Amino acid sequence: MSSTHHPAFVHHFENLGEQKEAATFGMWVFIAQEILFFGGLFGAYAVYRNLHPDAFYYGSHHLNIPLGAFNTAVLICSSLTMALGVHAAALGKRTQIVGWLLATVFLGSVFLGIKVVEYKEKFDHHLVPGTSFDASQLHMESIEDPALLAKSQKAAQIYYSLYFAMTGLHALHMIIGIPIILWIAARAWLGQFGPEYHSPVEITGLYWHFVDIVWIFLFPLLYLIPKPH
Amino acid sequence: MTETAAVPAENHDSHEDHAHAHPHVVPVRTYILVFLALMFGTAITVGASYVDFGHSYLNNIVALAIAFSKAALVVLFFMHVKYSSKLTQLAVGSGFAFLVILFFFVFADYLTRGWLGTPGS
Amino acid sequence: MQTEVVTTNSEDAAPGNGLDRENYINAKHGIWSWLLTTDHKRIAILYLITITLMFFLGGAFAAGVRLELMTPKGDLVDSDAYNKLFTMHGIVMVFFFLIPSIPAVLGNFLIPIMIGAKDLAFPKINLLSWYIYMAGAAFFMVATLFGGVETGWTFYTPYSTAFSHTNVILAAVGIFISGFSSILTGLNFIVTIHKMRAPGLTWFRMPLFVWAHYATSLIQILGTPVVAVTILMVAVERLLKLGLFDPALGGDPILFQHLFWFYSHPAVYIMILPGMGVMSELITAFTRKRVFGYEFIAISSLAIAVVGFLVWGHHMFVSGQSTYAGMVFSALSFLVAIPSAVKVFNWSATLYKGSVSWESPMMYAIGFIGLFTIGGLTGLFLAAMGLDIHMHDTYFVVAHFHYIMVGGAIFAYLGGIHFWWPKITGRMYPEYWARVAAVLVFAGFNLTFFPQFVVGYLGMPRRYHAYPDEFQVLNVMSTAGASLLGIAYLIPMLYLTWSLFAGKKAPANPWGAKGLEWTIQSPPTTFNFEHQPVVTEEAYAYAEGHDTTHDPAAPPAQAHA
Repeated sequence: MSSTHHPAFVHHFENLGEQKEAATFGMWVFIAQEILFFGGLFGAYAVYRNLHPDAFYYGSHHLNIPLGAFNTAVLICSSLTMALGVHAAALGKRTQIVGWLLATVFLGSVFLGIKVVEYKEKFDHHLVPGTSFDASQLHMESIEDPALLAKSQKAAQIYYSLYFAMTGLHALHMIIGIPIILWIAARAWLGQFGPEYHSPVEITGLYWHFVDIVWIFLFPLLYLIPKPH
Repeated sequence: MTETAAVPAENHDSHEDHAHAHPHVVPVRTYILVFLALMFGTAITVGASYVDFGHSYLNNIVALAIAFSKAALVVLFFMHVKYSSKLTQLAVGSGFAFLVILFFFVFADYLTRGWLGTPGS
Repeated sequence: MQTEVVTTNSEDAAPGNGLDRENYINAKHGIWSWLLTTDHKRIAILYLITITLMFFLGGAFAAGVRLELMTPKGDLVDSDAYNKLFTMHGIVMVFFFLIPSIPAVLGNFLIPIMIGAKDLAFPKINLLSWYIYMAGAAFFMVATLFGGVETGWTFYTPYSTAFSHTNVILAAVGIFISGFSSILTGLNFIVTIHKMRAPGLTWFRMPLFVWAHYATSLIQILGTPVVAVTILMVAVERLLKLGLFDPALGGDPILFQHLFWFYSHPAVYIMILPGMGVMSELITAFTRKRVFGYEFIAISSLAIAVVGFLVWGHHMFVSGQSTYAGMVFSALSFLVAIPSAVKVFNWSATLYKGSVSWESPMMYAIGFIGLFTIGGLTGLFLAAMGLDIHMHDTYFVVAHFHYIMVGGAIFAYLGGIHFWWPKITGRMYPEYWARVAAVLVFAGFNLTFFPQFVVGYLGMPRRYHAYPDEFQVLNVMSTAGASLLGIAYLIPMLYLTWSLFAGKKAPANPWGAKGLEWTIQSPPTTFNFEHQPVVTEEAYAYAEGHDTTHDPAAPPAQAHA
């Protein structure tokens, strides 16, 4: 019965084990929801890329592939540090938890900083959808069919709309995640987590890994579009 | 006042899951290997995008195959699904399955436009 | 269902009325004890109050619509105002009343009790979901005060993104926010039902009300996020001038319809499945029989939830969607009839040779069977692609979905509120007035909506403020019915409110019904059970052929051995 005397135990559960299972399962259900939430945008992406392959190809060519690849690596590193943070929590190593979580926050911030640089590039080159959008930046001249050229120059705005919507929503998830990780790190510093109970670390980790997975798809889909044949 | 009634434990799924109450502690080595695989996957994703496979859809298939493999590694090891209960696996699976439904039926429309005439036109 | 231990009073095991003892209502006092509560029962009450207000707001918009349609000319309001009236009616009723109605009020109150738990798995998230709902409602209210919105509740693009000059962004944000309330409620139910069932309560011993909410929660979790992101795309397209659905740029408005109906068709089942759960409880309680085909009803809820995701294209037969896809969606739509019919037939079979009694909740339940059947069968007309091209966007469609939404969901909601009112409040309502109201609701409903089948079949399109003279008789009938229905809705408001102060004190089990919620005092204590209940038998274990008395005036003899 000792598990019902743990300070984190909430009495409407039968025991601490049940409480931990509920928390983890709850996070997984939330992630299932998140899959569908991003899924709507991915669906729109798939439909529009199918309708306007040339616009997507030429639109993507103005993205900065080295920065995108570097950011992918940064996010994978942050997933590793997060996994090691959860690992440290399971072993009850207080300072290690805090260290790995802070490393995760640092890497997440680097990612967002690079994202800001990329966004600024798009603003400077008038590639933000709206009245000031300048399709001549995308060098579509090699499209020979004038009708296709005109169509693609317009549809390039759809590509950039999706680019900003998808990366923006992804970044928003990171912006929400970072303060949560900091809060969990503070709780870890206070010694609230150990081998017996570390559900908050674990479910925050699940959330962060999910955000990483979204980017694993966004990177090739937005940056690495092959020339349509 | 008898609280001694026999409880058919096999019918109560949280009992079944108690085996997982103490999560399997994955060795650090596994995390490092997965991390290296993910970095390698990123490198070949970029590399493959410069290769002309003959048809653009082949490039797409390669890129998506790598992305799905990377996602699977994260889900199975970083997110511990390999060591989790069936219930967790069901939650992940259902989220993905319903995404497939969304894609399947949306494309059932877009890819079949023009197969049959539109009513009224 | 029977428990070994519920109270310390082992003699008759009837804990009786708890108004003079400690209960969840008098456990704490003051406004903050309600606004910061994490008790699922108190949160249910918060929802009950707020959705009732929304119901009457939505009803007021409907009254405007019906008054305008009394005459063929647009003489009460102009077309713009009329467009706003039906839009706001739809948005309020769908997103702010029907979707939260049974789950957030009755589900919140009853699910933990029915499965023998002290609370939902995440009580704080439960409270959070009410605040999210309130935030969404607040955005919508601001949109209303700034002049409302007139895109139809469906927000079809490109009208909503490029042409409408009304408060689309505010309304869209309100709906986006309220969607997360629904998602979190569903998440809480799923985790609770999986992880917190009492010892001995196997899946196939659960009340069908719980099964129905499990299926509903699946839709809430897997469908709602898609409409949330879609409606967000509309808001962002207006706000930031992104080109997500803009046909001028090569965007496809039909894509919006796909994403919208991926959720909004299953959302119909979010509204009706909990009602079906209530129905199973009412029918079995007032026939004093184990429900016929328990397993089939349980599984049919899941089947409806899953198949409901495969049929959304039947809203889009005339949208320009490919004919081939239309045929597939049409064929799949017919499949939904199977699990729906399983339920209707099983409820009917439960009535057969049961000791049927006609308390007011049962009157709503019987009404539900008939009206839902009409609504469901006319749904088959509309699922048939050829016929739908004729009927699309006529009053036939309006009548069809009101038979499901009102004749189904609201009848079940009212039946459920009456059935569990003694448990929720510890008071009985006056049965005579409840029966009067039930009859008037039934009459008013049919007078309102049956003529709409006819006028729609004759070709009157929906969403117009004026119409040809020959449709006037049927429209006047409909408006007369709506007036009666409006009055009939007010009657329960009056006597239920009255009962809070002067109603007879309710016993623990006024109906002699089975189920864990009837084994505890009315109203329950904060943690529902004094001891962890242990379930040792199936749901609805009525002793067949032995009609236990269930006169509300006298507590019944306890039915268990």
